[in-house]
Amino acid sequence: MGVADFAFYAFAITVLASAILVVFSRNPVHSVLWLILAFLSSAGLFVLLGAEFVAMLLIIVYVGAVAVLFLFVVMMLDIDFARLKEGMSRNLPLGGLIGVVLLMQLGLLFGAWQEADGAMGLRQAPTPDASEVHNTRALGQLIYDDYAFLFQAAGLILLVAMIGAIVLTLRHRTDVERQDVLSQMYRDPAQSMELKDVKPGKGL
Amino acid sequence: MVGLEHYLTVAAALFVIGIFGIFLNRKNVIVILMSIELILLAVNINLVAFSSFLGDLVGQVFTMFVLTVAAAEAAIGLAILVCFFRTRGSIDVEDINVMKG
Repeated sequence: MGVADFAFYAFAITVLASAILVVFSRNPVHSVLWLILAFLSSAGLFVLLGAEFVAMLLIIVYVGAVAVLFLFVVMMLDIDFARLKEGMSRNLPLGGLIGVVLLMQLGLLFGAWQEADGAMGLRQAPTPDASEVHNTRALGQLIYDDYAFLFQAAGLILLVAMIGAIVLTLRHRTDVERQDVLSQMYRDPAQSMELKDVKPGKGL
Repeated sequence: MVGLEHYLTVAAALFVIGIFGIFLNRKNVIVILMSIELILLAVNINLVAFSSFLGDLVGQVFTMFVLTVAAAEAAIGLAILVCFFRTRGSIDVEDINVMKG
C-alpha cells in the first residue's frame, strides 16, 4: 500500500467518523467542531484527487466562513439543547431503517454501474496535463471564459443571500441610546451657551 | 490501488449519514442544517471524483457552484433561525407552527 492509498484511507475514515460524531454529538458546539474536521479531511481527499483549488476553497469557504457562522449562532442563542435531544432514541429506528435502505440502493447502483463507451469523447473540458497547466490556472481559464455568466450568477446569489441575511437579522432597538451625529453637528454656540454676569459677593 | 469506486463509497456513506442526521435530530434545526452541509459535501466529493477520474474539469466548476449555493443557504437558514429564536425563544421544529401550515 503506497503513501497515497494510506492517505486516502486515513482521510476517508476521518471524514466518516467525524460525520457520525456531528450527528450524534450531545453538544452542538462539538458538532460544529466535528463538522470542521470533516471539511478539513475532505479537503485532503480533494487534494489526493488533484483538485487543489477546490480543496483550498473548501477550507476557506466552509471552515473559514460557514462553520464559523454555525459556531457563532450556536453560541449566540441561549437554547436548552438537552430538551431538543429528548426524542432522539425514538427517531433512531426510523432513521436507521431509511439509512440502511438508502445505502442498499446506492450499493445496487454501484453494482450495476459501468462506464459508457463514448464517455471519454463527451468531455466538455478535458483536464490539461498537470505538469504543463496547474489546476488553479486551468479552472480559472474555464470559469472566466466558458462559465463567465454562471460565475456572475453565483456572485449575484451570494449578494442576495448577504442582503437577505442582513435584512432578516437587523433590528432597530428603541430602548438603546445612540449617538445622533447630525444633531451634534447642527448645535451652535448661541443655543448651547448662555453668558451670565455674576456680581461679586452675590452669586446667581 | 484506490479507484473511483472508493471515493463513491465514501460519498455514499457520507450522504446516508447526512440523511440519517436529519431524521435523528428532528427537533434541532442547527444540526439539521449541518446535516444538509454534510449531504452537499458528499455531492461535492462525487463531482470531484468523477471530474478527476474522467479527466473533465467541468465537475470542479460545478463543485464551486454547489459550494456557493451551500454558503448562501447556510447564511439565510441561520438568519431565519436567529429571527425565529427572537420571536419564539426556541428552535424546536415542533414550535414552528405560526403559519398553521
